[in-house]
Amino acid sequence: MTVSSRPKLVLVGHGMVGQKFLEQLHAQSPDAFEVTVLCEEPRPAYDRVHLSSYFTGTTAEQLSLTPTDFFAGTGYTLNLGEGAATIDCAAKTITTTQGRTLSYDALVLATGSYPFVPPLPGKDRQHCLVYRTIEDLEAIAASAKQSKIGTVVGGGLLGLEAAKALKDLGLTTHVVEFAPRLMAVQIDDLGGRLLRRKIEQLGVTVHTQKNTKEIIDGETAHHRMVFADGGHLETDLILFSAGIRPRDELARASGLAMGERGGICIDNHCRTSDASVYAIGECALWEKKIYGLVAPGYQMAEIAAKAIAGDTATPFLGADMSTKLKLMGVDVASIGDAHAATPGALTYVYSDEVAGIYKKLVVSADSKTLLGAVLVGEAEDYGNLLQFALNAIPLAANPEDLILPTREGGAKKGLGVDLLPASATICSCNNVSKGALCSAIDAGNTSIGALKKCTKAGTTCGGCAPLVKQVLDAELKARGVTVNNFLCEHFAHSRQGMFHLIKMGSIKSFDEALIKHGSGRGCDICKPAVASILASVWNEHILMPKHQSIQDTNDYYLANLQKDGTYSVVPRIPGGEITPEKLIVIGEVGKKYGLYTKITGGQRIDLFGARVEQLPLIWKELVDAGFESGHAYGKSMRTVKSCVGSNWCRFGVQDSVGMAIKIEERYRGLRSPHKIKLAVSGCTRECAEAQSKDVGVIATEKGWNLYVSGNGGMKPRHASLLATDLDDATLVKFIDRYLMFYIRTADRLQRTSTWLDNLEGGIDYVKKVVCEDSLGIAAELEAEMQGLVDTYECEWKKAINDEETLKRFKHFVNSAEADANIQFVNERGQIKPRNALEKSTVGEPA
Amino acid sequence: MTENAQWTHVCALTDILPNTGVCAKVGQAQVAVFRIVSPQGAEEGVFALGNFEPKSQANVLSRGLVGDLGGVSVVASPVYKNHYALTTGACLEEETLRVPVFAVRVVEGAVLVGAQQ
Ligand code: SRM
Ligand SMILES: Cc1cc2nc3c(=O)[nH]c(=O)nc-3n(C[C@H](O)[C@H](O)[C@H](O)COP(=O)(O)OP(=O)(O)OC[C@H]3O[C@@H](n4cnc5c(N)ncnc54)[C@H](O)[C@@H]3O)c2cc1C
Ligand code: SF4
Ligand code: FES
Repeated sequence: MTVSSRPKLVLVGHGMVGQKFLEQLHAQSPDAFEVTVLCEEPRPAYDRVHLSSYFTGTTAEQLSLTPTDFFAGTGYTLNLGEGAATIDCAAKTITTTQGRTLSYDALVLATGSYPFVPPLPGKDRQHCLVYRTIEDLEAIAASAKQSKIGTVVGGGLLGLEAAKALKDLGLTTHVVEFAPRLMAVQIDDLGGRLLRRKIEQLGVTVHTQKNTKEIIDGETAHHRMVFADGGHLETDLILFSAGIRPRDELARASGLAMGERGGICIDNHCRTSDASVYAIGECALWEKKIYGLVAPGYQMAEIAAKAIAGDTATPFLGADMSTKLKLMGVDVASIGDAHAATPGALTYVYSDEVAGIYKKLVVSADSKTLLGAVLVGEAEDYGNLLQFALNAIPLAANPEDLILPTREGGAKKGLGVDLLPASATICSCNNVSKGALCSAIDAGNTSIGALKKCTKAGTTCGGCAPLVKQVLDAELKARGVTVNNFLCEHFAHSRQGMFHLIKMGSIKSFDEALIKHGSGRGCDICKPAVASILASVWNEHILMPKHQSIQDTNDYYLANLQKDGTYSVVPRIPGGEITPEKLIVIGEVGKKYGLYTKITGGQRIDLFGARVEQLPLIWKELVDAGFESGHAYGKSMRTVKSCVGSNWCRFGVQDSVGMAIKIEERYRGLRSPHKIKLAVSGCTRECAEAQSKDVGVIATEKGWNLYVSGNGGMKPRHASLLATDLDDATLVKFIDRYLMFYIRTADRLQRTSTWLDNLEGGIDYVKKVVCEDSLGIAAELEAEMQGLVDTYECEWKKAINDEETLKRFKHFVNSAEADANIQFVNERGQIKPRNALEKSTVGEPA
Repeated sequence: MTENAQWTHVCALTDILPNTGVCAKVGQAQVAVFRIVSPQGAEEGVFALGNFEPKSQANVLSRGLVGDLGGVSVVASPVYKNHYALTTGACLEEETLRVPVFAVRVVEGAVLVGAQQ
């Protein structure tokens, strides 16, 4: 065994800040230390900030903050499930919970904090839980299964997040707060009042000024919480979220200097009272302050890593505690001196109790500098205001303009990012300045994705994402670069631009588009894209001779190309409903042509292994039996999945099959930037998985809820709720508008999910356009859709009746023979392509 | 279909729609023949490549979309979208892939395919 000559560094605690420290250490001095990490939890560092998303389907793996090859790549040693038990600062050793002794030259404590549970009698009863780790969440989920009512003790930021989780778990939810208002630390009375009302509208009962005395057996539920004022509340589950306390027990026992109320004292370089020991994150106390947010912890991680490497140029000088978050769908933000505690501070207040918006600015006595702000109900201005406050940018003459709503047509107020100095922090979580973003852009990171990956800006809480985008756009503009989402080298236009040009210029063919707006000869990217736009705008039959050379092989043969050069056949089965007679026809056709048959994931039947010359014969039989093209081959509307619904299902509240068929028949054949999938569920149990579809419809007692921009596939996205309790006519109207708006504005091959995620203003903007007609284009969108609906024709019906079209369905132009290279073997009673090794390569030229 | 030692008459030029391909049987070989026409409608020639696309190991190249990339006339494989130069048969994305090139000409409206080059 070789003894390492490198100094030893031990990190205790592998949480968010611990992991950030390791990354910084590796970046500063890759091989300088032999690093050992003691991680008490059973898994490496994960994203606590997004912990709640665990309840909405994010897995522990997805929450992980530790790249899988991180430890292998750095050579650092991670000990999972092994904590530090004691520290001997004099001997520079640690004993672990496994009884091992480790020696160190440098020790970093990143032990975080623990949820504070008030010392009440009864606090340790079953179903009394906290909210900090993945294991806590598992316990909450298990307990919720046996509970009907859940109560959160604590109405702060975390408490409200926990309340949301309980609500999502289906519990009747209460919040009990000791103070007179919610989020007492971050917002003021008026803001708190509005927040409370909004949260109560969502069905959470809020009890303020309640001091819980004890918890005893309940009469109608597991527990009864008895309040000091004599009242009580019966509840099955209790979740304590009454603040956090630093995990400083190790440090305390080893004699390091501590704060009066806990926390490990550190200096500006995160050094504790022992020169070899550092403390960072939520366990550290700097100038009598504990920071319960991740951004300051990340700053400490960087400063400590530098200090350990001997670089003490940048000290820790405190951190900004501004926050913006969405609490149960309510935007809340707090910036700087939210309570106007600065001597002489003045305030501007705007309150609209009708719309549920409250905004307050706190400015200096001369009203030249923004000191703080509170935003409830609408927090769009957060990024701008934060920059004013952080960079002390002088306020203009009427600071109130910053929070007053703009009237229609009014100039966009606020701050252009150009005004920001290079030193302005854009992403506080990851401490990324505007200057750092600019250098990254200079280095070629000119897309949002690349910029985020390179700088990490926007990857933690996401609050800065709009600002990062603004900086990128402004910088690209300043550099004379137009953000290039051109179709390809032949068209210097985005898909959206091409759509416009084709529509406005009445362009009816690819060649015309190329001559007027392009260059060269086109390619396999722009041809199908233009073909799709032509189809969406004019709905001319894609088989028209002038459109043939631009169709991808799937659209050319109206079937899906398979790996061996054969094609598949998918008849439309609207809503998944099919008569036994039609099932028999499909079976007969499959048998006759020897096709492989499979039920697809889209509630229909796929027949595989058809050769080009067989396609018209197969389709003739299908069309004669009343089938239509299923458009499985197109970038087009695919299927409307349905559940059985109220006709049969004992829970169904509407006829989901009927609605699915109605919708499928309306949008069949619709060409779009990418495929579109829909679904209709008959009740909230959601058996049709509508929330994973581009358009999802879920029946309610009163009508239909409309969800949009869901996605399964490579990057699943839960659909966003667009409108609720719609009647049939409004539902169809909204879907028309939504789909047409997407078709007009999306990029090439952009599903509705990525389209929405990239759309400025997101779902709120789409809501305005679709439901409130904010752009005044609703009638136009509806008319466009109606035009497409009225001109629908089954492509296959048309094809089999047209001699010219039928000519193309042969393998050889000069022979009626089939392609001898297509060969099958049998498996489980059906065909499958013979693989290359088994195949005699008849067709390959010698 | 007439055949002599060098040239096989495979079809009329008008049997190939502008800017598409067809597959012709030439002896035992499958040949993809493309007809290229400018956006303004001027004939710019025919090109012939082996129809067997090596990446997918399928006889499909005639069904690819034609166009140009950086000035090189190409056809895109309909399976994995890799591109082959119409004049050389070289794959633009993968050096090791290449399809054979055949001689081809149009005589009085008839497309004739000749020997592999
Ligand atoms: C046949 C089928 C699989 C099956 O046997 O069940 C299938 C087969 C193919 N899918 Fe799929 N997908 C099928 C259901 C799905 C589903 C499930 C669903 O629709 O409920 C999904 C996830 C849902 C979604 O789209 O959000 C799905 C997500 C994809 C994706 C990923 C899309 C994404 O946005 O991430 C692709 C790739 C793409 O489109 O770029 C894809 C692409 C394909 C292609 C077209 C790949 C290709 O180019 O060859 C496959 C050929 C289809 C064919 O008939 O030859 N398929 N595919 C299903 C046909 C359904 C139908 O009746 O039309
Ligand atoms: C539900 C929730 C939501 C949040 N939302 C936000 C938000 O929106 N924005 C924001 O900025 N912050 C948020 N936070 C706070 C944020 O998660 C913390 O600021 C951050 O995790 C602190 O990092 P840390 O590394 O200091 O502590 P932690 O992430 O808690 O890591 C400390 C680790 O040390 C381990 N440990 C402790 N003692 C020992 C020992 N003796 N030996 C070995 N290991 C030990 C612990 O088990 C833990 O794994 C949220 C927190 C929660 C719980
Ligand atoms: S979603 Fe509702 S109606 Fe449809 S099958 Fe499920 S329980 Fe029944
Ligand atoms: S500020 Fe949190 S990710 Fe940028």
